[in-house]
Amino acid sequence: MLDTSYRVEIPGGIELEAQVVGPVPRFLAFFIDFCIRGVLLIVAGIASIPFGELGFGFWFIIWFLIEWFYPVLFEVFRRGQTPGKKALGISVVNDDLTPVSFGTSLVRNLLRTADFLPFFYLAGLITMVSNSRFQRLGDLAAGTLVISVRETAKPADVSNITPLAPPTTLLRTEQTALVDFLHRSQHLSKPRQQELAKILDDITHSESANRVEQLHRIGAWFLGVR
Amino acid sequence: MKQQSFEQQHEHTWREIEQLLDKPKAAENSARCAECYMLLSQHLALSKQRLYDAALIERLNKLVMRLYRELYRYRSESRFNLYAFFRRDFPLSLYHHRYFIAVALLVFILPGVVAGLWIFFDEYAIYSVLDNDSVRQVEQMYDPAASKLGRERESETDILMFGFYIQNNISVAFRCFAAGLLAGVGTLLVLFSNGLHIGSVAGHLTRLDYVDTFYPFVVTHGAFELTAIVFSGAAGLKLGYAILNPGYLSRLSALRQTGRDAIPMLYGIVLMLIIAAFIEAFWSSSTSLPINVKYTVGGICWTLVLLYCFSGRRYGSR
Repeated sequence: MLDTSYRVEIPGGIELEAQVVGPVPRFLAFFIDFCIRGVLLIVAGIASIPFGELGFGFWFIIWFLIEWFYPVLFEVFRRGQTPGKKALGISVVNDDLTPVSFGTSLVRNLLRTADFLPFFYLAGLITMVSNSRFQRLGDLAAGTLVISVRETAKPADVSNITPLAPPTTLLRTEQTALVDFLHRSQHLSKPRQQELAKILDDITHSESANRVEQLHRIGAWFLGVR
Repeated sequence: MKQQSFEQQHEHTWREIEQLLDKPKAAENSARCAECYMLLSQHLALSKQRLYDAALIERLNKLVMRLYRELYRYRSESRFNLYAFFRRDFPLSLYHHRYFIAVALLVFILPGVVAGLWIFFDEYAIYSVLDNDSVRQVEQMYDPAASKLGRERESETDILMFGFYIQNNISVAFRCFAAGLLAGVGTLLVLFSNGLHIGSVAGHLTRLDYVDTFYPFVVTHGAFELTAIVFSGAAGLKLGYAILNPGYLSRLSALRQTGRDAIPMLYGIVLMLIIAAFIEAFWSSSTSLPINVKYTVGGICWTLVLLYCFSGRRYGSR
């Protein structure tokens, strides 16, 4: 099954779940960072002109730092996020979901060179799509992965829904499904809501007009609205 | 307990924790974080067990994860101990890489020696290794008549060359390491071609009798630079070897293990190359220093570096 969920058991016996991020957002984040780096280099270059060769000496050092340490410094001191990653809502973590340390981030980013081979991140892309956690070579060697830290959608407002007792006894998982349907409806189109609700016509015995609303009311009842 | 009552009961606490986490210095309040972490872990476990809906579980999951990351955050405050690194970690890491260092050294030196001797005895052999322009450039750089020595020395400013050497040399070392992921082949190629290049230049300049400019120039920073390149090669080779022969580990775990092992090597290599760049830009290039002084200082540097590199043997039993 295609599933981007990544689960890890943390101290306390709790299983945390994170969503790993695939090549496309990661490429976009890289592209944003690439542009920022380019601009930084140009600005540093212009700023160094008045200082002549002294300035260019420093420019080389800045070039070196931007080339190799730009991602490392951001990942370590900005919670796993370079500006590009921040814009895309993704973050680098160790594979036990702890924040990356300087050493692991360094390994991950130095091995970018190997991921780049033979041209334009082909090796990295192939590695990424051939394992379930979307890790490129550098991630594999450093034991890191990229997860989504995007803000989650707010649950639906249920205060103005009149709850309705279910017509029959439902399993706990079925009850959860109805509550989830209530919350997710705001992201589904009206026809799709109808389509999904129709599956349960045998239970709800409703006519077509209000079957969605009826399911929402049952969901609210299970949620505990009284 | 119905989900809504559960939410109503704890909403206040969750809000408070969210506010705590939104503050930039949340980690300072670590006692409170640990407390919240325990409490919320319990809430998350309860919600899962009671099959509360996905939105709530996701929210709690996210909160627990943020607390977890806050608690297990990289402690940059417990600063990098430079003394312990130089005294123990780096030499120990070199000791662990000793066989790879030996192989890297051979792959680096052998082509250099062979090419050097060949070029020394055969006037035209240099042109099979370098093209005309490069040969002319090298000859110019070490021409005894020049006022400043060294690679690409068109400028008189040492700081410019310092920056250039840092950018260039450390990048070469990093790439040499990274190329090891290609089952070690990339690293072997980088070491081989660098050894070949340096050996050829040395052979050619010796044949031209530019001995008094070339060797005093390279001897001091070479102690740091050449060794650092060999070390980066060794780290790269170990990476490749982990893929070829992972031993009793899976290939993936072997690769991870080796990646972690390489970290002190990388720190050491960067520091050595910064020292090398400093010496190369500010000391080696000077023409006013007497040759004997340069040879003496170079000799001292080589002795110290080699003694230092072998100092990890004392940790051999670990």
